[in-house]
Amino acid sequence: MLSENSNRSVRGVLLLAAFLLLPVLALASGDAGHAAATGDSAAIAEAIANAEVGANDAVVWWKMPLILLVTTFIMGIFAVLGGVGGGVLYVPLIGGFFPFHIDFVRGTGLLVALAGALAAGPGLLRSGMANLRLALPVGLIASAMAIVGAQVGIMLSALNPNIISTALGATILGICAIMLMAKKSEIPDVPKADALSQALHISGVLYEPSMGKNIDWKIHRTPLGLFMFIFIGFIAGMFGLGAGWANVPVFNLMMGAPIKVSAATSKFLLSITDTSAAWIYVNKGCIIPQIVVPSIIGIMLGSFVGVRVMKVVKPTFIRWMVIAILAFAGLKSLDKGLGLGLMG
Amino acid sequence: MAEQNQTPVTDEQKLYATILNWGMNAGLIAIVTTFAIYGMGIFEPAVPLNKVQYFWSLNVSDYLAAVNQTYVHAPAGLEGWAWLSLLGKGDFLQFAPIAWLAGVSIICYLAITPGLFRRGDTVYGIISIVEVVVLVAAASGIVGGGGH
Repeated sequence: MLSENSNRSVRGVLLLAAFLLLPVLALASGDAGHAAATGDSAAIAEAIANAEVGANDAVVWWKMPLILLVTTFIMGIFAVLGGVGGGVLYVPLIGGFFPFHIDFVRGTGLLVALAGALAAGPGLLRSGMANLRLALPVGLIASAMAIVGAQVGIMLSALNPNIISTALGATILGICAIMLMAKKSEIPDVPKADALSQALHISGVLYEPSMGKNIDWKIHRTPLGLFMFIFIGFIAGMFGLGAGWANVPVFNLMMGAPIKVSAATSKFLLSITDTSAAWIYVNKGCIIPQIVVPSIIGIMLGSFVGVRVMKVVKPTFIRWMVIAILAFAGLKSLDKGLGLGLMG
Repeated sequence: MAEQNQTPVTDEQKLYATILNWGMNAGLIAIVTTFAIYGMGIFEPAVPLNKVQYFWSLNVSDYLAAVNQTYVHAPAGLEGWAWLSLLGKGDFLQFAPIAWLAGVSIICYLAITPGLFRRGDTVYGIISIVEVVVLVAAASGIVGGGGH
């Protein structure tokens, strides 16, 4: 009874937090500036002229970082509860509602996902849940392709940022579909390990407390799985998304790794994939400290809270809520990219 | 109930985890510290704190051109590793911990590679070396441009 009551109150708080996101986002979208359509000298001249006039100089500089901190804190809670990386919520929501150019949002999105993966990585590796032998070959392919994706993303964005917003919106809606349809398999049935995974010695033993026994796991369809990471790495780099939403189904449903190993290895893998793409964005100069630092801190603090909340709230409820937030973010991104203006 | 007999974590995995943990903690502390230095104006930023808002809606090329033309005046521009020569400025100082966080994985790979070869795990040793090459190429700006 008590736990049902506490569950109900936590659900109420989470709903409130989700609604809180709306005014905070509205506050952000109503603030300084709007995204320049394409890069040109007129836009530069206008920005310099505005800075010289200083119409917004009276606005305290920390206002936007503070709004960002609050937004990403709430986002961090939902990211943990929904089992998605911060980047997949961060890029469409911040890109859709904040005045920052999508170049900076994607660069920060990658750093947010990277920081989360770096923070979780050591524990996952030490516990043996993340498997280095599974992650290393996959990481090589994904990180190389993330570089290509990041370059293509920056190039397309320079041509017309609306291309990126539209493609991002479509991708996010696709992720919603994957989340709605993809089933997970706790311990997939792998009749026989394929030759490549045997050669690479990718297998292990996992103690499953819920079953009270040791599970010998192995993987199959390794060449196909490695092939999939060409696309996953590319998309991660192009949009600045962590790619946990894609890594886990490929590890678990396609290659047959247990869900716990898949989720842990996926989280660790992001630290490799996002590192290569992050460097492309850092080298291109897509780093504005007032955007990056509050975002990283907000998401990480939110994640700590999310881990605690996770213990008392039903996963199904959260899953639907995160899918709804993602769908909203995807539609907003599409709306922005297509210039429809239906969502403000 | 079966005895817990989970696959033992390999030495390489333990080493990787230890370095990653240390690197992540150092990076996070540094990122918060440098932001405090920036916010409190201990190191004067190249772009004044309340002027950044006029530029963040520009695409990255225009942003760099605009802030360089107006405030920084770096002859070689602001792409790539140009921030290294501007570490005395509060805003550019924060590139250091960000670069550190983006570089920790390279250190981890470098650390585990000798052990992999020593144990005769040549394939993973080679994968590890190639990964370092990929990440260093990305970091250096050789691929993706922006290198100086």
